[in-house]
Amino acid sequence: MKNEGETAQRPDNTAFTQQRLPAWQPVLSAGIVIPGFLVIGLAFIGIGVGLFLTSQTIQVQEMDYTGVATDSPCFRCSMISSQNCTCEITFSLDKMFTGPVFFYYGLSNYYQNFRKYGVSLDYYQLSGDTQYFTSPQSVCSPYSYDSQNRPIVPCGAIANSMFNDTFELYQIINGTKNLVPLDGKGIAWWTDYNIKYRNPSSVNGSLANAFVGTVKPINWPKPAYDLDPTDPNNNGFLNQDFLVWMRRAALPQFRKLYRRITEGNYAAGLPAGNYSLTVHYNYPVLTFDGRKKVVFSNVSWMGGRNDFLGIAYLVVGSLCVVMSIIMLIVYAKFKFSDDDDA
Amino acid sequence: MFRKRPPPEEERRVRANDREYNEKFQYASNCIMTSKYNIITFLPVNLFEQFQEVANTYFLFLLILQLIPQISSLSWFTTIVPLVLVLSITAVKDATDDYFRHKSDNQVNNRQSQVLISGILQKEKWMNVRVGDIIKLENNQFVAADLLLLSSSEPHGLCYIETAELDGETNMKVRQSLSVTSELGDPNNLAQFDGEVVCEPPNNKLDRFCGTLYWRECKYPLSNQNMLLRGCVLRNTESCYGLVIFAGPDTKLMQNSGRTKFKRTSIDRLMNTLVLWIFGFLVCMGVILAIGNAVWEKEVGALFQSFLPWDPPVDNFLFSAFLSFWSYVIILNTVVPISLYVSVEVIRLGHSYFINWDRRMFCSRSNTAAEARTTTLNEELGQVEYIFSDKTGTLTQNIMTFNKCSINGHAYGEVMDVLAAQQKRVQPLDFSSWNPLADRGFCFYDQSLLEAVMVGDPAVHEFFRVLSLCHTVMSEEKSEGELVYKAQSPDEGALVTAARNFGFVFRSRTPGTVTTQELGKAVTYTLLAILDFNNIRKRMSVIVRNPEGRIRLYCKGADTVLLERLHSCNHEVMTITSDHLNEYAGDGLRTLAVAYRDLSEEQWDEWSERFRGADKATDCREDRLAAAYEEIEQDMMLLGATAIEDKLQEGVPETIAILSLANIKIWVLTGDKQETAVNIGYSCKMLTDDMTEVFIVNGHTVQSVREELRKARERMLESARTRDGGKEAEAQGWSGACAFGNGCGAAGAAAANWTPDESKCPPAQAPPSSLLESISGEFALIISGHSLAHALEADMEREFLETACACRAVICCRVTPLQKALVVELVKRHKKAVTLAIGDGANDVSMIKTAHIGVGISGQEGIQAVLASDYSFSQFRFLQRLLLVHGRWSYLRMCRFLCYFFYKNFAFTMVHFWFGFFCGFSAQTVYDQYFITLYNIVYTSLPVLAMGIFDQDVPEQRSLEYPKLYEPGQLNLLFNKREFFICIAQGIYTSVVLFFIPYGVLSHATQSNGVPLADYQTFAVTTATALVIVVSVQIALDTGYWTAINHFFVWGSLGTYFTILFVMHSSILFSIFPKQFHFLGSAHNTLGQPVVWLTIALATVICIAPVLAFRFLKLDLKPQLSDTVRYTQLVLQKKRKPGGRAARGVGSSGAAGGSALGRLGRGGSRRSGYAFAHQEGFGELITSGKNMRLSSLALATFASRHSSSWIDTLRRKKHTNNTGAQNTPPTGDDITTSSQAPPLSTSSTLDVHQDSAAGDAGQTSNEVVFTHSPEDIALSGVRDAGGCSAGSVQESAFVWKGIGARVSGANSPGPPPIEEETSHGE
Repeated sequence: MKNEGETAQRPDNTAFTQQRLPAWQPVLSAGIVIPGFLVIGLAFIGIGVGLFLTSQTIQVQEMDYTGVATDSPCFRCSMISSQNCTCEITFSLDKMFTGPVFFYYGLSNYYQNFRKYGVSLDYYQLSGDTQYFTSPQSVCSPYSYDSQNRPIVPCGAIANSMFNDTFELYQIINGTKNLVPLDGKGIAWWTDYNIKYRNPSSVNGSLANAFVGTVKPINWPKPAYDLDPTDPNNNGFLNQDFLVWMRRAALPQFRKLYRRITEGNYAAGLPAGNYSLTVHYNYPVLTFDGRKKVVFSNVSWMGGRNDFLGIAYLVVGSLCVVMSIIMLIVYAKFKFSDDDDA
Repeated sequence: MFRKRPPPEEERRVRANDREYNEKFQYASNCIMTSKYNIITFLPVNLFEQFQEVANTYFLFLLILQLIPQISSLSWFTTIVPLVLVLSITAVKDATDDYFRHKSDNQVNNRQSQVLISGILQKEKWMNVRVGDIIKLENNQFVAADLLLLSSSEPHGLCYIETAELDGETNMKVRQSLSVTSELGDPNNLAQFDGEVVCEPPNNKLDRFCGTLYWRECKYPLSNQNMLLRGCVLRNTESCYGLVIFAGPDTKLMQNSGRTKFKRTSIDRLMNTLVLWIFGFLVCMGVILAIGNAVWEKEVGALFQSFLPWDPPVDNFLFSAFLSFWSYVIILNTVVPISLYVSVEVIRLGHSYFINWDRRMFCSRSNTAAEARTTTLNEELGQVEYIFSDKTGTLTQNIMTFNKCSINGHAYGEVMDVLAAQQKRVQPLDFSSWNPLADRGFCFYDQSLLEAVMVGDPAVHEFFRVLSLCHTVMSEEKSEGELVYKAQSPDEGALVTAARNFGFVFRSRTPGTVTTQELGKAVTYTLLAILDFNNIRKRMSVIVRNPEGRIRLYCKGADTVLLERLHSCNHEVMTITSDHLNEYAGDGLRTLAVAYRDLSEEQWDEWSERFRGADKATDCREDRLAAAYEEIEQDMMLLGATAIEDKLQEGVPETIAILSLANIKIWVLTGDKQETAVNIGYSCKMLTDDMTEVFIVNGHTVQSVREELRKARERMLESARTRDGGKEAEAQGWSGACAFGNGCGAAGAAAANWTPDESKCPPAQAPPSSLLESISGEFALIISGHSLAHALEADMEREFLETACACRAVICCRVTPLQKALVVELVKRHKKAVTLAIGDGANDVSMIKTAHIGVGISGQEGIQAVLASDYSFSQFRFLQRLLLVHGRWSYLRMCRFLCYFFYKNFAFTMVHFWFGFFCGFSAQTVYDQYFITLYNIVYTSLPVLAMGIFDQDVPEQRSLEYPKLYEPGQLNLLFNKREFFICIAQGIYTSVVLFFIPYGVLSHATQSNGVPLADYQTFAVTTATALVIVVSVQIALDTGYWTAINHFFVWGSLGTYFTILFVMHSSILFSIFPKQFHFLGSAHNTLGQPVVWLTIALATVICIAPVLAFRFLKLDLKPQLSDTVRYTQLVLQKKRKPGGRAARGVGSSGAAGGSALGRLGRGGSRRSGYAFAHQEGFGELITSGKNMRLSSLALATFASRHSSSWIDTLRRKKHTNNTGAQNTPPTGDDITTSSQAPPLSTSSTLDVHQDSAAGDAGQTSNEVVFTHSPEDIALSGVRDAGGCSAGSVQESAFVWKGIGARVSGANSPGPPPIEEETSHGE
């Protein structure tokens, strides 16, 4: 490569060293930008229309049951802090609520995204590592040990504050209440249920034995291994409601999936008619001005009802089209004179 | 650094041959240490140094904050990973640098020298030489330490040294030992020598030494004349002995090479300011969020305690707010990314390598490539406004060639036109065939002169006889016919060589005789007197008696002086010769008139009597001698005139023209005399005859200098007033000077205001178009060193600066190195402009160090300048490439890089701010902490680095073709506070979009299986993905030059992001580190949702579309010149019709060339160039015979001087010894310079254009085609570097269209002028 002697110092003549690498040098030419804007705008409008129309077909039934107003059915429950208060909310559907119907509970002004709250859990405990049962990590504080200095499992603020209202839905047909079966399986993320959270291995065939020496979280009525007496596989850290709760929300107003309505007569949806929702009112939110609600909704290919996305697409799409027109006008006035073929 | 320093010396006492005595004083040994670390101290010292950087300390502080659990909103590794990365990169760099310093130190310290120890010469390493030792030096050896010369092999204790390494002067200097010590002679006597020297403490004054030698109860004063300084080379002296006075770090050389002060670029300073602002911004954000936190904790958090109790130490909302402030400082610290500084360094390093690798800045003749010695200044190369240039060796090659002559009214050497010249140049006259003594390196093209010599024209013979006799050159003949001349000044050498080649060979001299060989016949003249040169006389004469016994005075000197002293019968010849002289001067040649006078014996006797009287006089000897000289140099007969070309470096006029088109002002600061400097000013086209006025400030008193400056300003005003109102720009430019001038009142009589031909050159004659105006300055200022000394005083410096800056060209002559630095400092201080100093000698070091950017020409004059410089290359013309191509790109790239960098970090960080309002101001991050760690160093670093290193807006040819493209850099347009705020605003806008779009979409969205999407992890992944995509699209938009590397990095970064995302969220990693990677499955769950992708697409379009629209509209409504050029380039590429461009270029350049022709005949002012660079007093040395015994050894090696030196080894790069390259005589092609070539005719221009267009410029490009006035920038081909780089053939093909109109038009609003040109192309 290098010549001998005199020109030994001569730099190599490569495209790289001489900065002559072949390169694509894009120019924001009118031929690309204006049609580009137009195409993007039209595409966005198209998508926006689709999204908006799809979103309109989705049915949503939303009911606040916090009981702030004196005339609301749950006002009584909100006033007292009794553990076993129930109240009943009735509603009626004008038309068939096509299934599958999803049943959510929602909380407002609830800061699951607060940093301290968010870190207040022990991943080792939750992955079934019994070492950490006896000595929870300090991040769980002040929910690591109870007043007698016994370790709390699962420790931390998130677990401790688990939502514990329960609901029963009845369809009222001719004055009789027909229980609508609620499906609580598979409401948590697959990865949470199958990989991330692990129960401690059973001792002597019983999950409860693995929790020996620990106490339940302070707010919990029942210990973790006893969360769902009806289904032994839905206990411990693998309880679906627990998993749903532990997946904390990004924003202070959130909904979490409670149940699906996919079974029996209601697999196809909730027929029009009157319904009654029995609420076992346990979870206090009024102290911090929070709100509780239940939501029934169905979904489309794009998920639940989401007007925002469709409207945003329409707006942005229109703006792009308008912009392309403005650019065309400007360009026509000030263009490079020989750009006709560009 | 950690060496304990003895208290500063008051005086130095050194006793020869007495180590014990000298050791008492603990003088430094001769061991030098320029390295900073050793293996043990490296880590602590280097870390200590690095943490002195504010940024590094800041990140250390953050790291400590993060270790406090109450505050830590991020894991410690988010900071420590980048910090360690940054620290280690810097450490590796420092270690490498230091390693090379160690190596060069070792090499120097281990040089051998001969030390006299107990009477015996012993070989000793340099580092072991002690103060008080006596060492022996041999010819061509480097002096190892500062020595007191004791004795030498030459008579009178003389010894010759070359001080090029020290002060850049190539001529030899004489040093003489005290006569008492010179008698010592041999080693045995010297071993007994026990004199004691008492002298000043070590200092850095090269030209001063003050001490006393006490020996045998006598005192002998010592001066610099007795000293040999380290770094000098012994020449022409077989050997000498010296006593070490200063060693190692105390030597004047080392005292002078103090650590270069660290230069920062203006971008650096701006960046630091901005970083401070960002800190302020950060604190504001922190305060806002802390207040928010206080309010929230009071209003909500306090009530929320049933689910989230406050930590025990956090018992109230105020304390919580305080903690929250620090937590947010940690989170938001990424607005000042730690990778910023390291990325900037990497980019600059890349640019430096591009400079080093540039083949078009490689000179094959000297085998040196350009070198960026500092890697931190590159982008400032794109902002230079003032260039301060040395003359000798920088603009000129310091080679004088005998170019033309006029003998008895007949001009020789005139080359009729370019085409003829081209043919002739291929074959210069062949002298060797008839003259065996001819110098092969000499080139002359005019056959007629040789014929005149052959036919025996007596005037011609006499002419060359003068040249062969009247000089102070020494000659040495190693073997028969191998003559080597040692000339004091290159001018003389050129003249004597010319005479030699034309058959009048100067062979040897003794104090009383001069032996020549005239047309093969040896003739010995008796040298009766040398009437030596001095500055006032501007001439020298010799009086000789020829073998026939006739006495003649031969004189050569400045025409102005000499023509006055001619005999009246010379009138006719004088008129013709004057015309010739004018012509030569107009071509920028240095002229001398040559005359003789016949003296009768009586005249001689009478005069010699008087002369001896004057010579012996003790008082006013100088004056009396001058009077005596004056008396005899009368009534001379004019023989003719010589024209010597002070050979410019290749491409100097072109470079200067292009640089001044780029609005760069060039000031020449030279130690040379005014005449020489002015001559060079003309020949390199800084000065032209079209200039309205050339002011010369020459006053010796404060008053006269002030008045001259005042007068200059007044004249500028006047001429501005007489000008029509159309030239507003100029009027504005002068308004400052205007105000000043008015304030100063009426001007007094100027002492020496030199107004050459303003009467002939009324303003109306000024070039019509704005292009011409922009390059042909109206005024020039020439100021001499003694005036400058006054002008630089505090009360006058502003006045001087105003005046000088209003001039197109400024030449300062007879300036000292210190004044050079002061001038640079003055401009630096008062003009907020970037200055560049370029020079090659040690006398330029101060200015190189002072200027923002120092450029060293690695030429013949040692390498002091190169060592002090930031950039070095071997040819002045590379400067245009360095500035217009590399500098411009560097600036552009750096600006784009910074804009994008701040943008991406604001877009990234500010999301946290918005999220703060929704998470109770709890310093919850939006993103996964791994994303935060990797965002800056992995996901977004490489694409922007690639852009910062490789981006180009227009191809390099275009930036040379349109020098106006350089202007945005000077005006600091591409990155300033305004641009910064725009970037920040864009970043904040992006962060708003990136937060609120996902917020709006996801808060109610569910997956298609009904599971809500509003959980934190989904939100984090969505936002992060959208962010990475948006910033990638943005960098794609910002990148103007998509090489494969850019593609690889941009796509690679995106790919890496998704890969790492999926890996981190995979079950495998979770099973290994269950606690670390709890985003398990998020990527999978989130990115499988169409809603998420719709959200990302929406956010991307909302972020990018406005930017795109804005840029498009800006391109349409207010295109920058670079946009226009780029666009035109594109259109041209599409059309492939280069012919149209060339044709247009011919049109304009042809017209310009025509006008240049028309002006040429008008002639210039008389610019005499009696340009002997030598000091007076050499005549005396010759006649005294002191310097006659030059040893043959000395001269044998003299011709092949080694240019490699030990200082070379201080340089990192290994340069092979380039003696071979230097010894080869320059070929004909090399010798030709632009100034010889008359302007092109239109047809020849056309030829060049067509050749160029055809890409076949190979044959023609060696020819410099440059018309005589710089305003006619009809540069039809840029000179190829005579084989300097093959690649420049392409470059030479550039065509200079009528840029001016376009260039000026492009800055004004309205349709870009390009359209005219391109439509022409169709």
